[in-house]
Amino acid sequence: MADVALQSGVTSVTEQVDRARVLQRLRLSDAAFRHLTRSAAILVLIILGGIIVSLVHGSWPALRTFGFSFLYTEVWNPVTEQFGAISPIYGTVVTSVIAMLIAVPVGLFIALFLTELCPMWLRRPIGIAIELLAGIPSIIYGIWGLFVFAPFLQQYVQPFLISVFGNLPGLSTLFAGPPYGIGVLTAGLILAIMVLPFITSISRDVFEAVPPVLKEAAYGLGCTTWEVARYVVLPFTRVGVIGGVMLGLGRALGETMAVTFVIGNAHRISGSILAPGTTISATIANEFTEAVGDLYTSSLIALGLILFVITFIVLAFARLMLMRLNARLGK
Amino acid sequence: MTDMTLPSSQTNTPLYRKRQRRNVLTMGMAYAATAFGLTWLVLILGVLLYEGFSGLSLAVFTEMTPPPGAAGGLLNPIMGSLVMTVIAVIIGTPLGMLAGTYMAEYGRYDKLSSVVRFINDILLSAPSIVIGLFVYEIMVAQMGHFSGWDGAVALAVLVVPVVVSTTEDMLTLVPDTLREAAASIGLPRSLMITKVAYRAARAGMVTGVLLAVARISGETAPLLFTALNNQFWSTNMNAPVSSLPVVIFQFALSPYKDWQKLAWTGALIITLAVLTLSIMARALASQRK
Repeated sequence: MADVALQSGVTSVTEQVDRARVLQRLRLSDAAFRHLTRSAAILVLIILGGIIVSLVHGSWPALRTFGFSFLYTEVWNPVTEQFGAISPIYGTVVTSVIAMLIAVPVGLFIALFLTELCPMWLRRPIGIAIELLAGIPSIIYGIWGLFVFAPFLQQYVQPFLISVFGNLPGLSTLFAGPPYGIGVLTAGLILAIMVLPFITSISRDVFEAVPPVLKEAAYGLGCTTWEVARYVVLPFTRVGVIGGVMLGLGRALGETMAVTFVIGNAHRISGSILAPGTTISATIANEFTEAVGDLYTSSLIALGLILFVITFIVLAFARLMLMRLNARLGK
Repeated sequence: MTDMTLPSSQTNTPLYRKRQRRNVLTMGMAYAATAFGLTWLVLILGVLLYEGFSGLSLAVFTEMTPPPGAAGGLLNPIMGSLVMTVIAVIIGTPLGMLAGTYMAEYGRYDKLSSVVRFINDILLSAPSIVIGLFVYEIMVAQMGHFSGWDGAVALAVLVVPVVVSTTEDMLTLVPDTLREAAASIGLPRSLMITKVAYRAARAGMVTGVLLAVARISGETAPLLFTALNNQFWSTNMNAPVSSLPVVIFQFALSPYKDWQKLAWTGALIITLAVLTLSIMARALASQRK
C-alpha cells in the first residue's frame, strides 16, 4: 500500500510536466483550429467582396466612358465602340417574367397536389422526379431547347399564336412577326421548365410545415380541399412561398446556357415576344471571348455587374422572406 | 364522404354546389399541373437517351474531339472535366467544411455566423457566369492567358457554398449529448469536433461533396472564359483545357451533323453522371435516418 502511494507520488512529478506540456500543445492546436475555421468562414465574405470589387474594377472603363446612359442606351455596336445595356436588361426581365407567369401557378398547384391529394406511396417518387428535374444541368435544357423545343414551337405553336392573336388589337404587336422558333418566348418557356422544380420543391416544403391542426380544424368545419389550401395553407405560408418564388426568379434572371442556345442574340428591343432578343448572361456568354478592345470587355463586365446587383437584391429578399417564415415556425 | 352524412337540404343549395364545382375544378388543375411537370421530365430525358445512346460507342471515350466532318470522340473534354472537377473539389471542400464547422461548432449563434450564412445562401444561387467573370478578373486578366487552373478555381468558388451549407446543417444535427460526453472525458474542443462530431456527421458531409460535384460537373458558363477550350489532348493545366460542357456548347451550335451528334452524346454522359451522383447522395442521406 505504502510503496504504491510512494510510486504514484514519484511518477506524478514527471506526469505533471508531461501533462502541462500536452495541455499546452492541445491549447495551441485548439486555438489554431478555431482560428482556421473562423478564417474559412470569413473567406466566404471575402469571396463576395472580391466579386463586387473585381466587377466594379473591371467595368470601370465602361462606366466612366458612358456614365449612367449605359443603363438606358439601346445601341450595342462593337465597331464604333458604343455600348448600352438596356436591350439585354429588357430581355432578361421579359424572359424571366414569362418564366414566372408559367412556373409560379404550375409549381404551386404541383405542391398542392403533392401535399394534399397525392396518395402516400406516390409522394416520394414524384417528389424525387421533380428534384431530379432540378438537378439536370442547364446546358441540357439548352441543347434540348435548340434541337427539339424551338423547331416544335416554330412549326406548331407559333403559327397558331400568330393566327389567333395576330389580329387582336393590343396583342397583335406582342405576337407580331414570322415564327423564328428561337426568340424571347422560347427562352422564357425553357426558363419556366427550369425554375419549375425549384418553386415546386420549396413550396412543397413550406406547405408541409403548416401545422396539421390548422388544416384539420378547417376540414372539420366542412371546408373543401381548395378552401383549405386557399384560406389556411396559403395565408400561413405566404412569406415562404414568396421566398421560394424569389429564389426561382433569381435562378431565371441569372440563367445562362439554357437561354443562350435559344434566344437568338439580337441586340434590340422588339415589341414582339416571338422575335429574337438577348439577355445579360447570353450576351456575356456569346461575346466575351471574342471581345476585342478594353471598352468592349469592360462593357460586358459592366453587364455582369448589373446582373449581379439585380440577382443579389432578389436573392437577399428571398432569404429574408424564408427567414421570416422560419422565425414564425419557431425554428 | 361528407355528402352522405349531410341532409340533402344542405347539399342542394346553390352555394354548396358552387363550392363543390370550384373544388373539383382546382383539384383537376392540380392533377393537370403535375402531369404537365412530369411530361417535361419524360420528354427531356427521352430525347436525351434516344439521341445520346445512338451516338455512344467506345470511340467516344478513346478518341480526341474531331475536326468538322471527321470521326472522333470526347476523350480530351472528358479528361479535362474530370481533372478540373477533382482540383475544384480538393480546393473547395476543405474551405467549405472549415467554414461550416465554425458556423455550427464555434459561433452557432454569433453575428459572424448569421452574416456568413446569409451571404453563403446568396452565393449558392448567384449566377455562375458572374463567378466566371470574377475569376477572369482576378486570374486570367492578371496572368494574361486562359488556363485549366483558372477553370478549376472558378469551379471551386461554386463548390464552397454547397459544402458550407451542408456541413453546417449536418453538424447542427449531431446531438449535443455526444459533444458533452466528449468534453466530459477531457477532450479538447478541436479533437471533439474532428473525432466525434465529424464522424457522427460523416455521411451527411459526403452527401454535400457529392451534391457539389453534381452541381459543377454540368457548369458551362464559368468555364467559357477561364479554361476556354482546347481541341487537342493537353495535360498542361497552365494552358487552356477542354471540358465537356464547353465542347457541348460549341458543337451543338455548329452546323456540322457529326459535331451535333457528339454534343448529344456528351450531354447524355453529363446527365447520367449528375443523376448518378444525386441518387448516390440521396441514398447516403436517407441511410442516416
